Amino acid sequence: MKLNTNSNVYTIVYASVMVIIVAFCLAFISDVLRPTQEANVANDKRGQILAALNIREVEDVQAKFNEVVLQDIVVDVNGNVLQEKGGFNVDSKDITAKDDAAKKLPVYVSKVGNDTIYVLPLYGRGLWGGLWGYLALKPDFKTVYGAYMSHEGETAGLGARIVETQFQEKFQNKVAYADSTYSEVVLGVSKKVEHPESQVDAITGATLTSNGVDAMFKTSLAPYKQYFLNNHK
Amino acid sequence: MSLFSQQNKEVFTGPLNLNNPVVAQVLGICSALAVTSQLEPAIVMGLAVTVITAFANVIISLLRNTIPSRIRIIVQLVVVATLVTIVSQVLKAFAYDVSVQLSVYVGLIITNCILMGRLEAFAMMNGPWESFLDGVGSGLGYAWILVVVGFVRELLGSASLFGYEIPMLTDCDFFHNGMMTMPAMSLIILGCVIWAHRAINDKEK
Repeated sequence: MKLNTNSNVYTIVYASVMVIIVAFCLAFISDVLRPTQEANVANDKRGQILAALNIREVEDVQAKFNEVVLQDIVVDVNGNVLQEKGGFNVDSKDITAKDDAAKKLPVYVSKVGNDTIYVLPLYGRGLWGGLWGYLALKPDFKTVYGAYMSHEGETAGLGARIVETQFQEKFQNKVAYADSTYSEVVLGVSKKVEHPESQVDAITGATLTSNGVDAMFKTSLAPYKQYFLNNHK
Repeated sequence: MSLFSQQNKEVFTGPLNLNNPVVAQVLGICSALAVTSQLEPAIVMGLAVTVITAFANVIISLLRNTIPSRIRIIVQLVVVATLVTIVSQVLKAFAYDVSVQLSVYVGLIITNCILMGRLEAFAMMNGPWESFLDGVGSGLGYAWILVVVGFVRELLGSASLFGYEIPMLTDCDFFHNGMMTMPAMSLIILGCVIWAHRAINDKEK
């Protein structure tokens, strides 16, 4: 007997069987590969934090990270330490939560040489999509030790240049706050640099991305004010 | 029919040159423009497309007598989408950096016209082995064009190859042509490749 491949029943059964097989196949592969993928994402994040500490192009990212980053604490907007560790796993939604009280803010307490350096996550918006990065501050919480930033899809050759090391290195030793009340974030990117101690020259042709980076510093640093006030020496 | 008969050889070599999917049929241009600013993603993309076309061709060819004709495009799409998802997951697990660079373009292989074109025009009518050769041939035909464009763009745009800077070129401003890193330039380079390809092949005729 020859099957009628054009009958309705055959078509429906064919489609159902196909979908079930495909679903099993994809679920299995996703399950098998998930641990490796998650490890890759976590390692990428560690690499970014190390880049903010001016440690770039390391062979074994995980080992270096464990050596340099001593603690990943979580604080809230009132400066209270919520968790002694686990800052690494805080979801970006909790960091950027609209409600100030709900914010969970990670601080990576690191030791480079003899200095204790504090690394904070940054989140912002560029021209085409999200921006993110890490900012490393010296123990006075005012001087920038290093910075790293990246983007989802800024214009190649223009806004995308914020990932270049040359651009990120310009932030070193800039002043992040106007004074020790930590009320005003002065660190920024500007087309017309009026305060070279706190501003970095914007990228030509990438005004909106540069503005995005500027705003990213202002919004991401502000919630840490109370923590800095409580802990600065 | 032997495995490497004259006819099968033509099936394999056709898409590499005379019947190249990119320069002769002008298919798959979108991703060819997007991922060729450097050599490495261009090669990975080329390989991914080769693997997917080859296996999708084989699977569709094996199923070709059972597929209900009314939903054959859907069946083809499901097969392609499954393979693309698998490749994208494997890249994320074992070549994370490249998968970040390629970003959405791995997923967009699903919409690459070369794939659907080969499935519909070849695999639906030919045996698995011929279809495999056709798939590998078409994929490699796509890949080598990507590599040529990627080579020119990375060399002239960032004076490097595979991400390694070429010391004697770094001081020369000509090799830091920002235009080359923009997608628009790849269209122009691709145009030049098509021009050269036609000029050479016309002469042979």
